[in-house]
Amino acid sequence: MAASVSTQSLGHSLGDDQRFGLSRHVVLPGPLRLDGGGLLSPVEIGYETYGALNADGSNAILICHALTGDQHVASPHPRTGKPGWWTRLVGEGKPIDPARHFIICSNVIGSCMGSSGPATIDPSTAEPWAMRFPVITIRDMVRAQAMLLDHLGVGQLKAVVGGSMGGMQALSWAATFPERVRACVMVASTARHSAQNIAFHEVGRQAIMADPKWRSGAYYEANDPPAAGLAVARMAAHITYLSEAGLTEKFGRRLQARPDRPDGAKSFGFDADFQVESYLRHQGLSFVDRFDANSYLYITRALDYFDLAEEHGGLLANAFRGTRTRFCIVSFDTDWLYPTSESRAVVQALNAAGAAASFVELSSPYGHDAFLLEAPEMNRVIDGFLRAEP
Amino acid sequence: MTETLRPDLAIIARHVARGARVLDIGCGDGQLMAALRDEAGVDARGLEIDPANVASAVARGLAVVQGDADVDLAGYPDKGFDYAILSQTLQTARAPDQVLDHLLRIGQRAFVSFPNFAHWRVRLSLLWGGRMPVTPLLPEQWYDTPNIHHVTIDDFRAFVRQRRITVEGSWFLSHGRPTSAAAANFRAEHAVFLLRR
Repeated sequence: MAASVSTQSLGHSLGDDQRFGLSRHVVLPGPLRLDGGGLLSPVEIGYETYGALNADGSNAILICHALTGDQHVASPHPRTGKPGWWTRLVGEGKPIDPARHFIICSNVIGSCMGSSGPATIDPSTAEPWAMRFPVITIRDMVRAQAMLLDHLGVGQLKAVVGGSMGGMQALSWAATFPERVRACVMVASTARHSAQNIAFHEVGRQAIMADPKWRSGAYYEANDPPAAGLAVARMAAHITYLSEAGLTEKFGRRLQARPDRPDGAKSFGFDADFQVESYLRHQGLSFVDRFDANSYLYITRALDYFDLAEEHGGLLANAFRGTRTRFCIVSFDTDWLYPTSESRAVVQALNAAGAAASFVELSSPYGHDAFLLEAPEMNRVIDGFLRAEP
Repeated sequence: MTETLRPDLAIIARHVARGARVLDIGCGDGQLMAALRDEAGVDARGLEIDPANVASAVARGLAVVQGDADVDLAGYPDKGFDYAILSQTLQTARAPDQVLDHLLRIGQRAFVSFPNFAHWRVRLSLLWGGRMPVTPLLPEQWYDTPNIHHVTIDDFRAFVRQRRITVEGSWFLSHGRPTSAAAANFRAEHAVFLLRR
């Protein structure tokens, strides 16, 4: 697919080895045994690497992305042209630095940026999987990443790092492959989805499925996706990424400027009178250009199924019993999607398991989104944590 | 590095066995933990309530968890550490007796250090001044002090006797220098106890 593109803007090139660099794509034979009972074969993975693996293979860091994220962690997005989604943490002179680290970021399976998902082709029918794609879990995503690391010749990770859904993958990595992870960084995340988390996702899924263009997921051939439904799903979710104080500060009750009324006016109709309405509509509309509606269904499902304690006999500490992985947990005080109490539950489990854990709640006005924004304290903490390897 | 430690911390650092597992409760920015790690190969973990201190400690590579000794000690397993350390934190706890119980449950041994409220300077201040003492060791005013459970050395001795806690060592400090146990309740600004149950 994109394997011929080889523009290395960060770090060092590894000669002509086509496995490394930006915008990579690989088709692994699999099969990948899924938590749902099925097998996925082949396993397509879109990914990027930055920097070079050192001689003893000790500097590999895997970055895990969030629900609608992708592998372009520190390179421009191919469709939107926007900078990588975590350039504040990853890049030259940053805590995760291609000059020192071999950085890997892959698109999760179920997504739509080059990895196997509902929009990729099912080899048995030569058509897109659509809703015949198997339901996947966070652990399935992690197992697919492990297959990628095997392909790349990376045995053990110096660290696995992620925020939000990426944090869940990081935690799942430490629990599933403890021998392959020396350190785990979980930011603004949780060990399980709460009823409220599931409820918001169900609103999003129902918005997509209520769009007549969804056609039970078979919209690829007509090339006419359920954009309206997906946009509404994104709008609802986007509210959960912000804080009330942040929204009030940014928009308050301010009205949209109009040609005749620069200070805005109520339309006594249903236009986007309020600035916050216009903002949300924009968020929804710009999202549908870069994301597949069926992928949104599958990934939100994987998130809702996530409960690391359930995978370990109901006791979260069991997930980390005997681990030698070091953990760094960071939460933000205005994040109500994955509030600090969820991080604390993880920390308590780590303490009970005797694991080496660091945890700090940082202050930010930006809610859940804080982990993607300028956060010097987060960088200071993660930098110190990563450098402290014994 | 031990030289630059606060005197009570220096005493603790000198008496922690090499390679031990230590939980430092109220670890601040991790000064003691860093000294123990760097000079005695200690596997040190910390608990600290102030987020800025936690960030500094983690940034220097220490395993420190943000939390409150009054509520977050319950999750630690029994005898998971060789030593549990509580320095200058006992008097700030809402339930110091329960915190001490946890200390002796979590650690094989516990170090406890605290400012002595019966030091002569404190006594004079209250006796002659008639005001709550503000001293170099207790610099806050009555309304903004975090020290909500003032304790004297004799109080503490009576407490451990009554609870049948074994005192394995005790050190008393005046102006950062050792002072005798006999007149400690009058002359010592600071006390350090090594306890076990």
